[in-house]
Amino acid sequence: MIALLTQSINLFAAILLILAFAMITQRRVLNLVHLFTAQGLTLVAATLDVGYLTAQHHLYVSAAATFALKVVLLPILLHRLIGRLQVRWDVEPLLNTPLTMLAGILLVVFAFNLASPIAALSSSIARSTLGVALASVLLSFLMMITRAKALPQVIGFLSMENSLFFAATAATNGMPMLVELGIALDVLMGFLILGVFMFQIREQFDSLDIHHLERLRED
Amino acid sequence: MLPFALGMTELPLTALLACPVLGALLLGLLGHYRIGADLNVAVSAATTACALWLAVQVARGATVLAYDELFFIDSLNVFLVTLTAFVGLTTSIFSRPYMRIERDQGRMTGPRMRLFHAMYQLFLAMMLFALTTNNLGVLWVAMEAATLCTVLLVSVYRTPAALEAAWKYFILCGVGIAQALFGTLLLYLAADRVIGSGEGALLWTHLNAVKTQLEPTILSLAFVFLLLGYGTKTGLVPVHHWLPDAHAEGPTPISAVLSGLLLNVALYAILRCKVLADGALGNGLPGRAMVVFGLMSVLLAAFLLHRQRDIKRMFAYSSIEHMGLITFAFGLGGPIANFGGLLHMTMHSLTKSAIFFAVGHAAQKAGTQVMDEIRGLVQISPTVGWGLMLGTLAILGMPPFGVFASEFLILTSAMRQLPWAAPLLLLALAVAFAAILARVQPMVFGETNVKRLPHPPALVPVFTHLGLCLALGLFIPPFLVNWYMRAANLVGG
Repeated sequence: MIALLTQSINLFAAILLILAFAMITQRRVLNLVHLFTAQGLTLVAATLDVGYLTAQHHLYVSAAATFALKVVLLPILLHRLIGRLQVRWDVEPLLNTPLTMLAGILLVVFAFNLASPIAALSSSIARSTLGVALASVLLSFLMMITRAKALPQVIGFLSMENSLFFAATAATNGMPMLVELGIALDVLMGFLILGVFMFQIREQFDSLDIHHLERLRED
Repeated sequence: MLPFALGMTELPLTALLACPVLGALLLGLLGHYRIGADLNVAVSAATTACALWLAVQVARGATVLAYDELFFIDSLNVFLVTLTAFVGLTTSIFSRPYMRIERDQGRMTGPRMRLFHAMYQLFLAMMLFALTTNNLGVLWVAMEAATLCTVLLVSVYRTPAALEAAWKYFILCGVGIAQALFGTLLLYLAADRVIGSGEGALLWTHLNAVKTQLEPTILSLAFVFLLLGYGTKTGLVPVHHWLPDAHAEGPTPISAVLSGLLLNVALYAILRCKVLADGALGNGLPGRAMVVFGLMSVLLAAFLLHRQRDIKRMFAYSSIEHMGLITFAFGLGGPIANFGGLLHMTMHSLTKSAIFFAVGHAAQKAGTQVMDEIRGLVQISPTVGWGLMLGTLAILGMPPFGVFASEFLILTSAMRQLPWAAPLLLLALAVAFAAILARVQPMVFGETNVKRLPHPPALVPVFTHLGLCLALGLFIPPFLVNWYMRAANLVGG
């Protein structure tokens, strides 16, 4: 049983990586929200698993908070936002899909190389997944860079937060409770502000395409 | 620590943090009334009084812990706390007439005023939390919260440009701050091996005590992430893109506090991490990384200055240049360069916010932020015109202002420790001097095209800041010298 659970951490890590790849190539906003919810669920499962194996009970609290915030609350808010803003249509990526995938693979190789010396020093049972966590963070960056619409960028931002949480669980069996609560609060606050903000963009431009936002130039 | 010392610090510390938080709640209810602006000033004044009280309590220079080690006060952060509270107060005084004029011109409405006042106080509270906390995770949370507070303030005018600036600010700082979180995580991983898991492993004082035992491989990677992450908020090149937009499109009081305070707080976070990384690595690598980032920022910002047409964007680039100079100074390390860096932090805060106050009123008088369309300020209002001119001369490092003293210290230590960098710095400072002076001079002197304002401008903050900058340029009192030297020692080499 224990061996199975230990193995399943790697399984969850693999699922997270696949989900991250699915997100960078997914063009429909609604499907992105589903993928984000699945990512949240995987994160909850992984956290519970590590919590059980290491007998760290604060991880159960953290898993409960993740479930409430990232599997229930944020997807509901995202669905509402999509309904109110009417943005179900396809997303035009700035980079075509094969090129995005290729860039994603390179990022994964880079992340694994970067993480391997660190993972060797970690005492956590899930240390081998640190590379996956870092790769997911970088893939979320990639998603934020390659998307032209505001909502996919926000989902990219939230998925980056998820990957960081997974990194925390994988490398150190979770950050101290106080910090995790603070981070969760920040994520929620940030999301609410973004919601308000997207209505402002919509009001001003009649579209959520951030291509409209290119009046300010670099210099 | 002695028990009586705890009580004596906890009281002013609690008051310091409670003032802006309660103020934010109060202004969230009352901020849209005319009394909101006065309340904003009153709350900021109370915060400043608490900061001074705290500074007096810990004046002897020992590190004091409070609330079960969750907060700590030493010479380095208490100096920034005092500076933050003071500039917060003067900015609230400035924003009183400034925002009233904006409201008369229809750019602000009642609900927007309420948002502005409440978020302004919350922003100050988060910066004070970030400065006083001992927990590096809480430091991250407070920095992120401070960003979030200002996003809606940058977009408060709801113009397309303001929305774009705020979006860029949110996304870029969000990515940056995520990198800092990953850095914090790696730091925790390193600490976990030495201290063991739990809250204690992220407390800076605990980490500082065991910094030589922290794993160098992890710490070097952690410092890279932390430098890039908090460096985004400090406005270091090449992760500075949000800064000019956010400064130019938000209300001027926000530009003043972003430039004068938030950048300092982000740099403070880098400094705390540098101390740990220095201890663990022992090879000066963190310092060299900061030197490179600092030098890039100084050079790029100086050469972009002359291409600016918007006055607030130009001074935002000047902020990048000065933050680069300060980062460079701390990267050099050693008592003199650190002293220069700390002095320059103070001088830049005071001078740059004074400039933004003058610029805000100048832009209101001319009805535009485009520099070519602002002419002859001194003819209509000599005080605003001279405020802008003197502020510009001060920030360009003209003696006898304090910026001259700090830049002189940084340059001389660069000549001693890193001779090849000194000519580059001098070149950048000369380019910046030519670019800014050529722009500001016709705005202040010559034929006028500006109009009078319906309400008298706030000049007390401008001249208080410039007066302080001048006074510190002429004479730094011994107690302040000691204070800076203790803080410089904390930053180390």
